[in-house]
Amino acid sequence: MNLFDKVFPPRTITLANGKQIQKPRSRAPLYAAALLAMAVVSVEVTGFDLGVLVSRIGEFFVILGQMIPPKWEYMSQIWEPLFDTIKMSLLGSFIGSVLVVPFAMLASTNIIHNRAVVAAMRLLLSIIRTLPTLVSALIATYIFGLGTLAGTTAIAIFTFAYIGKILYEEIETVDMGPFEAMEAMGATKTRAFLSAIVPQVLPSYLSNCLFCFEGNVRYASILGYVGAGGLGLILNEKIGWREYDSVGMILLALFVTVFIIETISRAARKRLV
Amino acid sequence: MEKRIEQAYAQRPRRWLFEAAVAAVVVGLLVWSGTAVETAGTTQSGAKIAMNILAGIFHPDTRLLFNLTTQGVPYLLLETICIAFLGTVVGAIISIPLAFLSASNLTPRPVAFVGRIIIMAVRTVPAFVYGLMFIRVTGPGAFAGLLTMSLCSVGMVSKMYIEAIEDLDVRVLESLDAAGCTTWQKIRYGILPQLMPNFASTAIYRFDINLRDATVLGLVGAGGIGAPLIFAMNAYRWEEAGAILAGLIVLVLIVEWLSTKIRVKLARG
Repeated sequence: MNLFDKVFPPRTITLANGKQIQKPRSRAPLYAAALLAMAVVSVEVTGFDLGVLVSRIGEFFVILGQMIPPKWEYMSQIWEPLFDTIKMSLLGSFIGSVLVVPFAMLASTNIIHNRAVVAAMRLLLSIIRTLPTLVSALIATYIFGLGTLAGTTAIAIFTFAYIGKILYEEIETVDMGPFEAMEAMGATKTRAFLSAIVPQVLPSYLSNCLFCFEGNVRYASILGYVGAGGLGLILNEKIGWREYDSVGMILLALFVTVFIIETISRAARKRLV
Repeated sequence: MEKRIEQAYAQRPRRWLFEAAVAAVVVGLLVWSGTAVETAGTTQSGAKIAMNILAGIFHPDTRLLFNLTTQGVPYLLLETICIAFLGTVVGAIISIPLAFLSASNLTPRPVAFVGRIIIMAVRTVPAFVYGLMFIRVTGPGAFAGLLTMSLCSVGMVSKMYIEAIEDLDVRVLESLDAAGCTTWQKIRYGILPQLMPNFASTAIYRFDINLRDATVLGLVGAGGIGAPLIFAMNAYRWEEAGAILAGLIVLVLIVEWLSTKIRVKLARG
């Protein structure tokens, strides 16, 4: 019996056999009211105005209209940044997902029984995860200079945090029998981890890495905006010059690339899991 | 016994050719991608700058952090929450018809395929391009950010909605049919109870992501906490950037904790 049931007492229904049961009131109105209140505050703060949206939505399609048809001749200059973007995301995803393995192991409660270590590792992963990718890319450009190395670093950091969380959750759900058996036979923690846990989590780990890589290709195209190399660099430049037909070509190239990568990686992931 | 073990070990499945091929491809790709890394840009002062950044982030500007005017961190965070919240709601609403149209168990294959292509195309365009388009509609500010967020949400949210719809248990509908229910009753008691927890969970998850991605909007001046953050970083005012980042990190951690709790509750029913 909580507060809600005290304010709105449950309805009592008498069944045919004389037994009385209580049906608690639906919570839906409460949730709806909370959502509505949040929506009202948000509308107030953001200045949401449906009238403006309806009357001026045509403006949205102005730039879109200028992107079509895309400027095909521009493609020759897209190849290099496009490959840079793919290389950045590939290398970044690889570095991040390999580096995180020992950290994920330290963050799993079933491997490490020291609560302090686990809590510290999890906090570290959470904080890195909340750091916006754009910010880490910007910091990386200050350290490594403008270019693809900064983008690779930013993607590696993002992958590190993303895969880390999924991996330790994965490790915590494995069958602990083989691990305990190996420890009982005198294997060290690392040895037992490699032989008993790794085979169990490997398929889903690889699948998650591929999924993260797919997303990173998309992300990498934004990073150029802060000077971290790749497609974003020319995208930003062409937007600045208002050459929207070239922008359309860049976006089309990105779309096709992402489509191909997603198709390949989906096929690979189906084989894995 | 030992012999049998050795025999079984000798007969273990061997796919070394396939594995070697995969390994060769992966190593080849990595070497190829390694060519993109140029270390020439690394400046000598890189380490010094990194120390400055860290020092700034650990010594946030407390005046900005607890400033209650519209310039202070609390108001900027509130604005970011509002953009992310309404953006998620609008995006989720747009996603519902799109997802029903693209679910392959409800619509004919060609329609579903076209729907999926549209969703993918929407997903591919980077957020700041949408931001620029919407600024033409509404002018710079939080409103443009909200619309950008909603369009960016559509891609992922509708993809997960499609999966939820395709996992629908149709046997419930058949039994409701057999009990003589009307179409509306079938939707109310057969479909909604199956979809609602899933849809709500996806929307909450996306709210989480939107809050984190809100910095991107700052690039084009579409409101939220991104613009002050990037200005502060570009001007090397690390104490200010540290204050904004500290606020953002605490907010995201709280929201993530809350949303995980709600989603676990939704999943368990």
